[in-house]
Amino acid sequence: MPMDPREIESLIKAKFPDATVEIQDLAGDGDHFAARVVTSAFKGKSRVQQHQMVYDALGGRMGGVLHALALTTQSPPD
Amino acid sequence: MSEAAAHEAIKKTIESNDVVLFMKGTAQFPQCGFSAQVAQILLHLGVPFQDVNVLEDQDLREGIKTYTNWPTIPQLYVKGEFIGGADIVREMFQAGELHTLIHDKGIPHSNHG
Repeated sequence: MPMDPREIESLIKAKFPDATVEIQDLAGDGDHFAARVVTSAFKGKSRVQQHQMVYDALGGRMGGVLHALALTTQSPPD
Repeated sequence: MSEAAAHEAIKKTIESNDVVLFMKGTAQFPQCGFSAQVAQILLHLGVPFQDVNVLEDQDLREGIKTYTNWPTIPQLYVKGEFIGGADIVREMFQAGELHTLIHDKGIPHSNHG
């Protein structure tokens, strides 16, 4: 089932209000996305923790309706 | 197999093997592009690893997600520690960090480049 990229963005921003979110629909099928998320909430967190935080924000959709989301996470430069 | 039994089996596997890749398919016959990519990276580094095909066992397939609190497969474990999924492993490989990690953990590997 395809997912609207704007929904992905708003779910992430709801959890991390200061986040910069860039989403690319990789295959144009609403099913394979790449997301780059930059937020100060990631400071001091490992990559695994950062990805887990985004998956939490997506509330269980990842691995379900959201089949493929290539994720890049970063905290903003000081 | 209950979830608790699946978690117990996962724990046993990652404790008795230095490098474990939970994947869809096998190292020889991956059945998903993301799993194939991580297996390929490990083969490239010449790291011996135990592949676990989650497609063979539905309880294991669900159990590994709750064990790690990670919603997707593949999942790479080194010395009992969760390293990441396909995105993180690829990022670490490209930055040379995966090789460093393998090296620092004292795991034998054939490609030192």
